Amino acid sequence: MRYVQYFIDAVALGSLYSLVALGIGLIFGVMRLINLAQGELLMVGGYTLFATNGWSVFVRVPLVLLVIVGLALLMERAFRRLRSAAPATMLVMTFAVSFLLRSIAQKRWSAQGKSMNIFSGLSHAFTVGQLRIRYVTLVSIAVGGVLLLGVNLFLNRTDIGLQMRAVASDRRIAQALGVRTNRVVVTAFALSGVLATAALLLFVPQRPTVTPDFGLQIAIVALIGVVVGGMDRLAPATFGGFSIGFANSMVFSLLPTGQRVFLDSVLYGLVIIVLLLRPQGLFQRERQTTRV
Amino acid sequence: MTERPGSLHATALSRTYAGVRALEGVTITVRRHEVIGLIGPNGAGKSTLVNLLSGFDFPTSGSVMLEGFDITTWSAHRRVRSGLVRTFQHGHAFPGLTARENIEVAALGTGAARGVAARRATELLELMGLADHSNAEAATLPHGDERLLGVARALATMPKFVLLDEPAAGLNEDEISAFADIIKLVRDERNAGILLIEHNVPLVLGVCDRIHVLDQGETLAEGSPTEIRNHPAVADAYLGATAG
Repeated sequence: MRYVQYFIDAVALGSLYSLVALGIGLIFGVMRLINLAQGELLMVGGYTLFATNGWSVFVRVPLVLLVIVGLALLMERAFRRLRSAAPATMLVMTFAVSFLLRSIAQKRWSAQGKSMNIFSGLSHAFTVGQLRIRYVTLVSIAVGGVLLLGVNLFLNRTDIGLQMRAVASDRRIAQALGVRTNRVVVTAFALSGVLATAALLLFVPQRPTVTPDFGLQIAIVALIGVVVGGMDRLAPATFGGFSIGFANSMVFSLLPTGQRVFLDSVLYGLVIIVLLLRPQGLFQRERQTTRV
Repeated sequence: MTERPGSLHATALSRTYAGVRALEGVTITVRRHEVIGLIGPNGAGKSTLVNLLSGFDFPTSGSVMLEGFDITTWSAHRRVRSGLVRTFQHGHAFPGLTARENIEVAALGTGAARGVAARRATELLELMGLADHSNAEAATLPHGDERLLGVARALATMPKFVLLDEPAAGLNEDEISAFADIIKLVRDERNAGILLIEHNVPLVLGVCDRIHVLDQGETLAEGSPTEIRNHPAVADAYLGATAG
């Protein structure tokens, strides 16, 4: 029964990281850009929650969504001019944006954690037999599942989704065939903002304080998941994000309490082994090269 | 012909890459309802010419006119929306999309609504003999089918002018003769002008109204299939070597 408990918790954390990973994967798909500032969407959203403590959730949630999506669209504008630049240039640019936002946050709110305090009821738990399940666990799994399915439907059933997949597949050809790449890229950033918002709100019960590095810590883990899964395709990237969250939670639960400081060592040891054995990505088909 | 057809017209096109002349003063006209063959040995400048006509590259000097508009500096997608589209030597289908989606996305790109795009895809899959593969991922198609899909995708933009870059490579005899019928159909029923780059000499001689021969970046000859077949310099430069 203990292991069922571990498993459920691990699925919940996996769902959260899969949302962040999907956001990273969407942007990488349409722009071939690893957005290292993805985490700062969560961080800025976190400070928005802190600043609106005590307001009605019906104001706070739309406001956070608006702030995060707005910031994502600003990032898109900043990166747009570099779209034909070398990948390393774009990478450094996203790192600069990340650093800038974290510095501003540090200046404004200091490095000390600030309480985000939303949906506190979600931290409560109920028991089923020997299982002790927090509401946030179920909500994470449900919201994660719904959003992953929603994005999947969006990509496969809508005009803009189809065009997004074409751009991800071969941007030059898609553009030459008349696909409006700007519109597609803007949509991808907006979508990744929505995913970041959902991830943030669901992270709050287990990480209730926001610091300037709040988002970076999450995004780096998700990014590692994306690479482990295989970043050339959306599904493996997302599943990679899920796996890293899942493994994170599992390893944490399985380590004896006194040994939990070794969580990162064990986790990233596993990552290194996976990458050595399957450098193309854990869930990537063999010989699948730079195609989404 | 009842209507006066428009034309795609390039005047004295030249393209120099770092001092190397890839194309030198080439003038060529493609009228609607006409198939022009573009042949020449490897390195003759055929791909350069197609790139310049389609907006994938821009000339060092010379101009490109599309139905009276100077499009020399237009981007590729602007040309596509104005009715000038190209295909690619290696097909370049979107690998993760199905055959049907590949065609639909091109129709959407030129402003078609979803339903129109879907109908166009059905027709074109049928026309190209790809109906059995409509839901197959393009990456899984055989090479010849991928090129046909590339042609279908180009036709989905409802072009007035189509530049076909070696569309028949990888097709067998039967498929080539079926493809010749498709080219004629596009010319006759869609009233399109077609520029066909092709190494398959029988196909070119069989389907083209006129043929333009390039050699070392310059026009070597221009004329009807019969004239080209009997042109001594062409035989030397190209036909003799390939057709035997």
